[in-house]
Amino acid sequence: MKRVVLCCSLMLGLSVMAVPLPAQAPAASTPATASSPDASKDLNDKLAQLDQRVTTAQSAGDNAWMLTSAALVLMMTGPGLALFYGGLVRRKNTLAIMMQSFAMMGWITILWALVGYSLAFGGNGPIIGDLSHAFLRGVGVAPNPDYSATIPQLTFMVYQLMFAVITPALITGATAERMKFSGTVLFMTLWFFVVYVPLAHMVWGKGGLLNASLGGKFPCLDFAGGTVVHISSGVSALVCALYMGKRVGFPKQPMPPHSLVLSFIGACLLWVGWFGFNAGSALAAGGLASSAFVATHFGAAAAAFGWSAAEWLKNGKASALGAISGAVAGLVAITPAAGFVRPMPALVIGLIAGVFCYLMVTKVKALFGYDDALDAFGVHGAGGTIGALLTGVFAQTIVNPIFGDGKPVGARDGHWGQVGNQLIGILFAWGFALLGTIVILKITDLVTGFRVSEEHEVEGLDITQHGEEAYYLES
Amino acid sequence: MMKLEAIIQPSRFESVKDALREVGIEGMTVTEVRGHGRQKGHTEVYRGREYTVDLLPKIKLEMVLPDKLVNTVVDTILKTAKTGKIGDGKIFLSRVEEAIRIRNEERGESAL
Repeated sequence: MKRVVLCCSLMLGLSVMAVPLPAQAPAASTPATASSPDASKDLNDKLAQLDQRVTTAQSAGDNAWMLTSAALVLMMTGPGLALFYGGLVRRKNTLAIMMQSFAMMGWITILWALVGYSLAFGGNGPIIGDLSHAFLRGVGVAPNPDYSATIPQLTFMVYQLMFAVITPALITGATAERMKFSGTVLFMTLWFFVVYVPLAHMVWGKGGLLNASLGGKFPCLDFAGGTVVHISSGVSALVCALYMGKRVGFPKQPMPPHSLVLSFIGACLLWVGWFGFNAGSALAAGGLASSAFVATHFGAAAAAFGWSAAEWLKNGKASALGAISGAVAGLVAITPAAGFVRPMPALVIGLIAGVFCYLMVTKVKALFGYDDALDAFGVHGAGGTIGALLTGVFAQTIVNPIFGDGKPVGARDGHWGQVGNQLIGILFAWGFALLGTIVILKITDLVTGFRVSEEHEVEGLDITQHGEEAYYLES
Repeated sequence: MMKLEAIIQPSRFESVKDALREVGIEGMTVTEVRGHGRQKGHTEVYRGREYTVDLLPKIKLEMVLPDKLVNTVVDTILKTAKTGKIGDGKIFLSRVEEAIRIRNEERGESAL
């Protein structure tokens, strides 16, 4: 008799193993049919083991994607952004601009490990986190259920770190060819604490003022960083460009990009890396990641088309620089929307962003005459703003029921109020970046100075700031 | 001996070089240069900023010729470098006093 029961339970156990999830329901009723208490205990043990294995398997799948995504986002800064910006400057400033990106890869990592992560994602204050995770205390392989229940918190921490690295690096596009290296390091350090960390907490952190799913007062949709990354860096970039003034010789002297080949490679790396940025922001390897992946790609493609078409109409030629700038503008604009919109709206968002950023960079900049050298504001500030706004229009509950099952998300679902929430988020991010940056600029100017001397600027930052040259033609 | 300097379109350089070799020219010095004559440059547009590029890439050929070859070479260049458009370049001729081969100190036309 005992043997028969053992056999039965073994077979049941095997069948449960073969079809894990649907089999959970019949398995619950097995104790009633099994006559021996021993056998039912055995079965329960097996089920518990099975549960554990399912969790482990999901965690392994999600973690594999999230670690890949983290690496992809790091690749966006170096070499992606470094090459993109590096090719756009004049030859004498190539290494300096690349070094500004690379320095963020090192320095922001250290700050993030010490207190940055904790201030952004620890605690549940409305403005900023706390020091509960300072020095990464309590950050281990166990997941942090507030943010991502299936991946180790270490993965979440390092993934978010990559965003903190690229955001300040974006600003260097506006200050290119005239900013001191010491000033850059000090400015970025202050900016990281005063602007980035609070904004990241407010939008993504638990209890943050603008958080859409974890108890924010003004639920602003920002899937992967339209406000936190692009509006914040773009607006700060504009403030820096205005504060610093124009480059010597601008706009009379020609300052064409020294190697669009480098920029081209950089832009393509940015495009690929952005899959980690946006699809990774699903924080899991499920359907939402696929949705964000497709939206990202479509946004970039449509914006490349939009910018090129506008340029073709205006100048009679579609330039390579135009096409790659358009793609980046589209990637920026789709960033807040990626996890909320379906593929067709993604094309629309991309198209609008491509044309809009083209006009910002070619017309608006010329109208006001500020020297945003590599168009950090024209692409990231403008693209981030239009993207954040359009997210409120096109977000759909069928893609991401962030306000609860079946509840409308954006205007496409009939919830026009979300456009208002997006506006609040946008205005808040603008104001926050604006004020923060002005204060930081003053401090930086007093301590290290911000701009190199005119002599050094003419000689080039590679030699004067770093003591080396990008292209040593005699060797 | 005459020194010939010719500024030509980069696109014609290979044909000119081959034709010169056929008429027996053994040496020449070639430099990539930039400049303009009556041909005005072109404009380039980077993110809406227009730059007028008025110095265009050209090729400069320099060679010192024995007197008897001068006319042949000039004719050859005229024939092969011409596209008929503004910007085809110019040929300059000047008299050379002396030529010395560094290896064996030969002088005059035999040093060419």
